Amino acid sequence: MAKIHVTTTINGDPTEFLCDPADSMLDALRGPLGLTGAKEGCGTGDCGACSITVDGRLVCSCLMLAAEAEGHEIATIEGMAEGEKLHPLQQKFLELAALQCGICTPGVLVAAKSLLERNPDPSETEVRYWLAGNLCRCTGYDKIVRAVMETAAEMREAAR
Amino acid sequence: MTDMRYLAPQTLDEAVGAYAAAAGAARILAGGTDLLVQMRSGMVKPGLIVDIKKIAEMTAVEQTADGGFRVGAAVSGAALAEHPTFGQVWPGVLEGFNLIGSTQVQGRASMGGNLCNGSPAADSVPALVAAGAVVTVQGPDGRRELKVEDVPAGPGKTNLKPGEILVSFTLPPRPKGSGDAYLRMIPRTEMDIAVVGVGVSLTLENGVCTAARVGLGAVAPTVLLVEDAAKALIGSKLDDAALDAAAAACSAACRPIDDKRGTIAYRTKVAGVLLKRTAAIAAERAKGN
Repeated sequence: MAKIHVTTTINGDPTEFLCDPADSMLDALRGPLGLTGAKEGCGTGDCGACSITVDGRLVCSCLMLAAEAEGHEIATIEGMAEGEKLHPLQQKFLELAALQCGICTPGVLVAAKSLLERNPDPSETEVRYWLAGNLCRCTGYDKIVRAVMETAAEMREAAR
Repeated sequence: MTDMRYLAPQTLDEAVGAYAAAAGAARILAGGTDLLVQMRSGMVKPGLIVDIKKIAEMTAVEQTADGGFRVGAAVSGAALAEHPTFGQVWPGVLEGFNLIGSTQVQGRASMGGNLCNGSPAADSVPALVAAGAVVTVQGPDGRRELKVEDVPAGPGKTNLKPGEILVSFTLPPRPKGSGDAYLRMIPRTEMDIAVVGVGVSLTLENGVCTAARVGLGAVAPTVLLVEDAAKALIGSKLDDAALDAAAAACSAACRPIDDKRGTIAYRTKVAGVLLKRTAAIAAERAKGN
């Protein structure tokens, strides 16, 4: 079966790749595109470790076909830091030790960034519900939620 | 798996042509939150995937000339939640739809997929049934309309004919004093499958219920329209006697299964309890409109 040629934008860079029709976006990212930040946890949309955004919308890349990326803007964890400069969320996760094994972390960060872009002042409940699709088996979530809340507060302060 | 083809047509005619020509070997892709899981588990092995999201009508939300809404079959939960007025007019329909899965799943999942997947526990369906929503389908023989409650045929099955594709949902205009709501019972607070789901839509005039519809999910092979529950509400002031009668009608309509989420007895009882709670929320919203 012929490969599909996909033209898309990934983290702001115009990108082309080839995929099988049945490949997921996660397969394409981790395979031909060499972007291994998004992880495969469950492969069924339950764990959020493969979170990316498509045209700014948070999705699980395991539940999207690679061919669907045609003409859309994809953002992954690899685009979150600006060169050596970490995103405030990444910096805060380090400071507060909001990660342990790290498998869920790329997905959590992509999801949290997507929340703060929509809602710069979320309540704790809003943070917990927004991140309900990102499973973490290490932290118990508390440090993650605290890190997101503190980052939000600092980003609001910085924006004044 | 590797002999699967992927098509993303720009027009509905093209999509219907390809879908019908594949004669049952094709699957429609909207959000893919059910389909990709089914493909991965080997439950379905489609020869052709028809991605409908490049068809403008499938992803549009429009106000109709009479003041109702037309929602494309592939509109995501996140997109519908961002619509400036839909959630004000149909808060119950929106909350049912938005209960499906996580934020990530909401970024892709569609009402068309939720309905066509045929789950008796589909969270968006009871409120759509209560709303009196009608679906437009297009197939090789043209277009036709079906009531939402007439679409499911049983778990995983619909009454769509071979080659037919669900295009959109049409919701009627709202008379003054109308409100709707959806509640589901799950053993946790988020990310679970309904044990019972109840959608209620009603209209109040001077405190008297003049119109009502009740949709009931997860307690039968398909989502049900419970006309006896609506009859018990209509003409009443939603007093205890009317609510008790409507709750009893919901329990009587149940033909549930026993499974790990709930027993037959539990689901049957909860159906009545949820009817009362859902009707109270719908009535509160109706008073504000």
